[in-house]
Amino acid sequence: MNKLRRNVYMTAGYNTVSMGTGRKEFHPKKSRPGLEDYIREAGRGVLQQVGGAGNIDEGVIGNFMAARFNSQGNLAALIPAIDEGLQWKPCTRVEGACCSGALALTAGIKSVLAETADVVLAIGVEVQNTVKAIYGADILATAGWSRERKAGHAYFFPGKFSDRAGAYYEKYGRDRTRKAMARWYRNAIENARLCPTAQEYHNTSADLDAVALAEPDPRSFVDHLNVFDCSKVSDGASAIAIASADGLKRAGIPTSAAVEIVGIGQVEADLTCPPSDPTRLETTRRAVQCALESAGITVDRLATVETHDCFTIAGILAVEAIGLADPGKGPDFVLDGQTARAGHVPFNTTGGLIGWGHPTGATGVHQAVTIWEQLTGRADRNQIEIPTDRPYALSVNMGGDDKTLVALVYRRG
Amino acid sequence: MDYAERLENVAVIGAAGKMGSGIVLLLAMEMADVGLKPGNGSRHRVLHAVDVSHQALGGLVKYLRKQVQRAAEKRIVALRTIYADRADLVDNGDIVRQYVNDVLDVVRPTTTLEVAAEANIIFEAAPEDLGLKLKLFARTATDNPAGPWVFTNTSSIPIQEIDEKARLGGRVMGFHFYNPPAVQKLVELIRSRTTTDEVAAFAEALCKNLRKIVVPSADRAGFIGNGHFMRDLLHAVEEAARLRAGMPFVEAVYCVNRVSQDFLVRPMGIFQLVDYVGLDVCQCILAVMNPRLPGENLHSPLIDRLLEQGVRGGQNHDGSQKDGFLQYQQGKPSGIYDPDATRYVAFTEFQAACDARLGPLPEPGLPWKVAVRDPARETLLAQFFGALRSMDTAGAELARRYGARSRDIGLKLVSDEVARNAHDVNQVLLTGFFHAYGPINEFFA
Repeated sequence: MNKLRRNVYMTAGYNTVSMGTGRKEFHPKKSRPGLEDYIREAGRGVLQQVGGAGNIDEGVIGNFMAARFNSQGNLAALIPAIDEGLQWKPCTRVEGACCSGALALTAGIKSVLAETADVVLAIGVEVQNTVKAIYGADILATAGWSRERKAGHAYFFPGKFSDRAGAYYEKYGRDRTRKAMARWYRNAIENARLCPTAQEYHNTSADLDAVALAEPDPRSFVDHLNVFDCSKVSDGASAIAIASADGLKRAGIPTSAAVEIVGIGQVEADLTCPPSDPTRLETTRRAVQCALESAGITVDRLATVETHDCFTIAGILAVEAIGLADPGKGPDFVLDGQTARAGHVPFNTTGGLIGWGHPTGATGVHQAVTIWEQLTGRADRNQIEIPTDRPYALSVNMGGDDKTLVALVYRRG
Repeated sequence: MDYAERLENVAVIGAAGKMGSGIVLLLAMEMADVGLKPGNGSRHRVLHAVDVSHQALGGLVKYLRKQVQRAAEKRIVALRTIYADRADLVDNGDIVRQYVNDVLDVVRPTTTLEVAAEANIIFEAAPEDLGLKLKLFARTATDNPAGPWVFTNTSSIPIQEIDEKARLGGRVMGFHFYNPPAVQKLVELIRSRTTTDEVAAFAEALCKNLRKIVVPSADRAGFIGNGHFMRDLLHAVEEAARLRAGMPFVEAVYCVNRVSQDFLVRPMGIFQLVDYVGLDVCQCILAVMNPRLPGENLHSPLIDRLLEQGVRGGQNHDGSQKDGFLQYQQGKPSGIYDPDATRYVAFTEFQAACDARLGPLPEPGLPWKVAVRDPARETLLAQFFGALRSMDTAGAELARRYGARSRDIGLKLVSDEVARNAHDVNQVLLTGFFHAYGPINEFFA
């Protein structure tokens, strides 16, 4: 990616609750808000902060599979349902599996860079609790190559990352890796307990390590992961405004209340090819490298990271792909506490996918909102310290099994 | 005829009943599973689900569809392997639908009893009435040259007697599922003196494939399960009568029911259990046991009286609890029946006074739900009953008497050689009645 030719900012983020099992108010048999309710809540949350719909030039919505979860297509046309002031404005829906949210961000960023818009409303949404988990697995499996579905596991993506975990155990040792995965889970839940919109906000388990170390049961699930190694089924939406300097001015928002996007890495890998080395996230590595290079920084300038921990093992592999630990050393980095909220580079400070939740199409936007909150001092009980000599943050959003990747580097505006 | 062949033609009599529908579910899935094994696909499998009304059979099919779907969802990992060769079944949804179809394809609901005569195996789940059972066998199994094997779900009638009166020549065995059969792990297997080895071996193999816990019982009326339950129930009735001297009937029933649940850490009180099983069913079982076990007077005039007044218990078609000794609101006890006034008296009228009279539960408390789930259950129970032993309250006294009587009943089942040993008695109560501990224990020694 070439260096950005215009300053691009993000501001005015908003998250709905990530709804699903674990939330006290969730009951699978009771009626719940629908897709449009989440879109409306998140969208209005942004509009309130930017001075209303009149200040929005364009809308982009990221969503993975509303067509099957909610029998709903044409999602761009739900953006005007947020506010009548958005009627007749250009809107686009983007899809890249679990990376749909970050694709909404890059699409919005590109509109601002192209100078066709000064303020873009970017939304991510997914409402998945409409079907039982085993049928949800079918829908999520479409993020993989359809020809692999038949031979794949009943729980297709847990199966894919279980295979990666198994390969990693074999190459680098099982015990330490399992312990690091359990620590990853603990960190995620501890962060989520501080965040009222997190799916695990109400989690009260006393011994999180012990819970997470439950032995995987291949008869009912996958070979190398237990359910605590997996992000949950979630309903939720996140939204954020992407703006030029002129756009911020128009909305009356000082740059200090925004984050600047200083690096973008967007990388696609061939869906029909298996990973060349299952112990590595090669596409993630490339995306992060692109983002850091375009930002002109090295990894040691990062204060915090939001990474795509759809599974605990994905979190550990990402630590290595980002370049914070050598291959095989990710577990040590995690077990040393470096990724914890008091560590050197706190990861997923509002819980990430494991703790906050994973409404698939919303995740990429949620990551940006968390980083905006952290860098502008709005993270409330989740707030971490951002060192003045390391003012940067990174988000990594992944679609499929390391196929569609967006990495963004942020700096306080 | 091997196991798979034997399962090619099966009949369940009483298929739409509480027990029968569960038995049909388990057998239909087992038959479909056998058919799905490599090499077995070409053989046709039929399960005649026989009952008296089309309406009830319609309900059975609905029940089966829902339960098989649930089972398929739970077994999806294994089912994907079983259907691995079916290129047309890709998604979990495809596989679940196919399995539901494969299981339902086996089942033939019918009101024509005679089709059962073609079966290799007849499972009988008719009401607990020997005369009725014999009539059913006369039209299906008795003197049938094809020699179908009969598995009766009787919970009390001696198998030897059935064999002799139905002229089955040893082709019969007691196969006592617990309610509901699809959930309860326990099966009591009862061999008579004449049951053939082949029949017994098949029953064992089937139980193993159904992943049931088998406890063999001697062929004595009531077997182990009802041998304990009926005597336990009669003790409760006697205790209520004793308390009656100092309090109204409804309060006495309330006290015994509460003590047998909360003070004894059981899933429900004894009178609630009677309601769950049905007063009519209990009456039938007692009527079977009493003449066959002389000297014990296994009979309850109180139950007879309530039944005369139309108080029956049992469940409605939707599974909800009917009123019996207790009245229920949304499944929860809310009152007790007073046979003198022929009406229910609401808990609110006496509950607080009765609870005060019984006194507090031992500290720390131990609800049954906690006890059955806690890995340190034995320690918690020892602590709870240790505290109960030293308490000088009416509730603790009733509980001690109750626990000691339950223990004596268990020990008698062993000394009478109905059960092989204490473990078998305890196993039946733990897995068939969901107790948190067996009746033969040190807590009430």
